[in-house]
Amino acid sequence: MSAVLTHPVPPPRQESPGLWTLAWRRLKQDTVGMVSLGVVAFFLLMVAGVATGIVAGDWNKEKGVSYANPSFMAGAENLEAKALQQRDAAKAAPVDLSDIDPLAPRYKEWEERAAKISITETKRAETLPLGGDKWGRDVLKKAMKGSEISILVGLTAALFATVLGVMLGAAAGYWGGWVNDFLEWFYNIFTSIPYILLILAFAAVAAATGKFGKGILPIILILALTGWTGIYRLIRAEYIKHSNREYVKAAQAIGASNASRMFVHILPNVSHVALVQLSQHVVSFIKAEVILSFLGFGVPVDMVSWGTMLAEAQNELVIGKWWQLFAAGASMAILVTAFSLLTDSLRDALDPKIK
Amino acid sequence: MIPTLAGVILLIFLLFNWVGGDPAHVLAGKISNPEQIKNIRKQLGVDEPYLVQLWVFVKQVFTFDFGRSWSTNEEVSRILLTRIGPTLTVMVPVLVIETVLAVIFAVMVAYVRGRPTDRGIMAICTVAMSISFLVYIIFFQWLFGFILGWFPVQGWSESFTKNLLTYAPLPIMLAVAVGLAPSLRLYRSFFLDEINQDYVRTARAKGVPEKVVMMKHVMRNALIPILTNVGILLPGVFVGSFLLEVFFSIPGLGREIITAVNRSDFPVIKAVTVYLAMLTMIINLLVDVMYKFVDPRVSFK
Repeated sequence: MSAVLTHPVPPPRQESPGLWTLAWRRLKQDTVGMVSLGVVAFFLLMVAGVATGIVAGDWNKEKGVSYANPSFMAGAENLEAKALQQRDAAKAAPVDLSDIDPLAPRYKEWEERAAKISITETKRAETLPLGGDKWGRDVLKKAMKGSEISILVGLTAALFATVLGVMLGAAAGYWGGWVNDFLEWFYNIFTSIPYILLILAFAAVAAATGKFGKGILPIILILALTGWTGIYRLIRAEYIKHSNREYVKAAQAIGASNASRMFVHILPNVSHVALVQLSQHVVSFIKAEVILSFLGFGVPVDMVSWGTMLAEAQNELVIGKWWQLFAAGASMAILVTAFSLLTDSLRDALDPKIK
Repeated sequence: MIPTLAGVILLIFLLFNWVGGDPAHVLAGKISNPEQIKNIRKQLGVDEPYLVQLWVFVKQVFTFDFGRSWSTNEEVSRILLTRIGPTLTVMVPVLVIETVLAVIFAVMVAYVRGRPTDRGIMAICTVAMSISFLVYIIFFQWLFGFILGWFPVQGWSESFTKNLLTYAPLPIMLAVAVGLAPSLRLYRSFFLDEINQDYVRTARAKGVPEKVVMMKHVMRNALIPILTNVGILLPGVFVGSFLLEVFFSIPGLGREIITAVNRSDFPVIKAVTVYLAMLTMIINLLVDVMYKFVDPRVSFK
């Protein structure tokens, strides 16, 4: 008698988690990483809020007196505002010239007409949450508006630089041969000029000709066109390593085109390198933007960024108004610290070999 | 090296003569007539064909004669020679002090690796690196120069010793303080890379005291990447810290470059960029040669 052979129940198929799932799991266990991710997310939300005008839309309104004190030190003396008030109060009545002034007969009529227009003189606040700047604008809101420009410049420039670096690195690493030689030559040219000089050379041309566009476009282009070299080098090394691996050969065997192998097969396997580089470059570009804007080669004067705030802060400090320096310096320090810690955590989470 | 140099010359040429093109309108000012602009073009040589302009530029590079500044009419070579002194007065001490301090601290931190002291110092370094250089300069110039009055707020004199002892200390201190954190972090990682090597374990196993292991075995091997890093930093010594020079009104190269960029003074920027690129290449070559003395495994083919 033969037993009926039942089909053995196949064990439930186990999905092996991919690189990103694993990285996310590792990142979730990293307290520092999650906290910095939260801070960075907060800043990005704030930028989105400011950009759409939900938050700090009225940063440009002159709400307080000149150099209004921060709320927590309301009692401090504000000599600048007093001086302005005294100047306004001291306006003497105009000298009576009615005998020779040809317009004199009409003054009365004009005064009556002026009286009909109601002017709502808003009372200027003595204190603002984090103090006011020279024109009595709220420094806290100004810092928010400043972070919008600074972060926007940092992010877009880093994105441009990463795309440029990845494209060139992929080409050099994948094709090798003369493409590689040419791009290496190109890389050597860019790296043999000290970085800051390269930036200033581009800035000089951008400022003199205006060919790089207007507004924040020049600084984004300058940072991206000079900052791709490090990313290029790393991505190139990865492509050299990967282009001879079996999975790429297998892809070739089933007829995948060169472009498909470069970007569909290899790119996802090196994208973690690009992501870490992107995050690192955001930090360094934000720092660079601040310095360039301070020197006057960055964002235009009618825009506010952390750099232009610091430029104002230098003179304010001498008369004892420290809050603008504090607001711009501190918000930048918090974001940059969080971003660098996040970069470190990302690198640890994405690189299984470490630990 | 030669192809790279040719590339640098080509890049600078393309950037300034082709993209930058014709700054005659900028130089002529707002009120200008076509004749003036034509004259300026002729003076600058930008009305020549590109190939002729390139040839002129190459000749300028190799004869060290970039003509005169577009804005001050001073000879470019003279500008470079007179401005390099103050820059080196500030930057050489910065590089020396920073490297020595960073190596010493890195050894100490690597020695107590993983302990709270190490973690604390690393955390401080991360935060210190996040604050903008600008904020440091603005704050400490105000504190030491304006409030405490320990150092002059800014200035420069004719005498070298007075400069070094009176005007330079505050900028030097600031640059060292800011540069220390990243160097310290980097050098610490170099030391930690070496500490986990087999030869270190062997040295410990045969009873070499930990201090000797650190100072002799680990230090010598960590010096190789440290040397590379100093080689990377070295060209920056000649560019100078333009922020420091602007803030402390030190008449150095960095400030000159900023002024030149502000005035669209292309000859000065071109000259500085080309020569510093050359210098960087030479320094890289020298660092490669020095590897041979530090690392006996390296040999020239």
